[in-house]
Amino acid sequence: MSDETVHAHVSSPAQLIGIFAALLALTGLTVWAATWPVGHLDVWIALSIAGVKATLVALYFMHLKYDNPTNGLLLIFSLAVVLLFLSVTLSDVRQLVPEVEAAGPVRVPIRGAESQ
Amino acid sequence: MIAETPAGLRPASSFRVHHFETAEQQYAAGKLGMWLFLVTEVLFFGGLFVAYAVFRSLHPEVFVNSAALLDTKLGAVNTVILLFSSLTMAWAVRCSQLGQQRGLVLCLCLTLAAAFTFLGIKGVEYSHKWHEGHLWASQYVSEDSATGEFDRAGTFFSVYFAMTGLHAIHILAGIGAIAWLLKRSMAGHFSPNYFTPVDTVGLYWHLVDLVWIFLFPLLYLIG
Repeated sequence: MSDETVHAHVSSPAQLIGIFAALLALTGLTVWAATWPVGHLDVWIALSIAGVKATLVALYFMHLKYDNPTNGLLLIFSLAVVLLFLSVTLSDVRQLVPEVEAAGPVRVPIRGAESQ
Repeated sequence: MIAETPAGLRPASSFRVHHFETAEQQYAAGKLGMWLFLVTEVLFFGGLFVAYAVFRSLHPEVFVNSAALLDTKLGAVNTVILLFSSLTMAWAVRCSQLGQQRGLVLCLCLTLAAAFTFLGIKGVEYSHKWHEGHLWASQYVSEDSATGEFDRAGTFFSVYFAMTGLHAIHILAGIGAIAWLLKRSMAGHFSPNYFTPVDTVGLYWHLVDLVWIFLFPLLYLIG
């Protein structure tokens, strides 16, 4: 191998157009799914479809399927940190909100008013 | 064997810097650097997604009622436009890898056109909300709020403007980066052994698309 040669996966036109068509179909599906009478499940349905779309973009448009695994691991780690941030914050909010609301409205003193 | 640089393009070796042993090492290092930047972007947007989740879990009815004030059709059209721009960007990377200069220039121009269309539609949406008074919490002045029906709708629009605004700033940055690629591609800089800038700007552009893939259903559809 020459020092001047770069080897990287080249996406075929069929693959690029196939992924684009799948992304369009999933966009249509998520718009349609929003009309289903599923109550609070709608968040999870929408997030699942978005997750599939994101995976397609990451694997094929961003070449992660053919790339050095380090790059994919970086993305997975960053998503794991966001998930940790999200779950800990949400459980904290759920635990504390009833206590905060039971304490009643908070009166915030206007600065300077107390000295008058 | 040494790959030939297609006629009219600058030889890849002129972009090799001395601290890399091979062109492939330089390419891999550049890509790793871009991925590290994308990690910070995921965390950056992650904070706003957490804010969305907290406000939504506290006031689900506010989000349901307010989401109905957004134009789903415009949001869906913008989603399709952004997905199309991701296709043309991925195709631009392919063209640069194959040394197809005209295809590369065409794909970059299509990507730029899609980016401007996206911002144009966003501008229509923003100005509509401005006239309706559907603004962030401290400026929310719509008639609806007086009836109490959409009480605290300003919270939703704070989240909406923060998330879509930050996303739009990323589109603007992407337009700058793609314009820079266009200038360099017309100068014949990219060839099968030197296409790192096209690839890394492409990664950034796809990430901006990824963020929108989640923003669209969370803001426009769920309700």
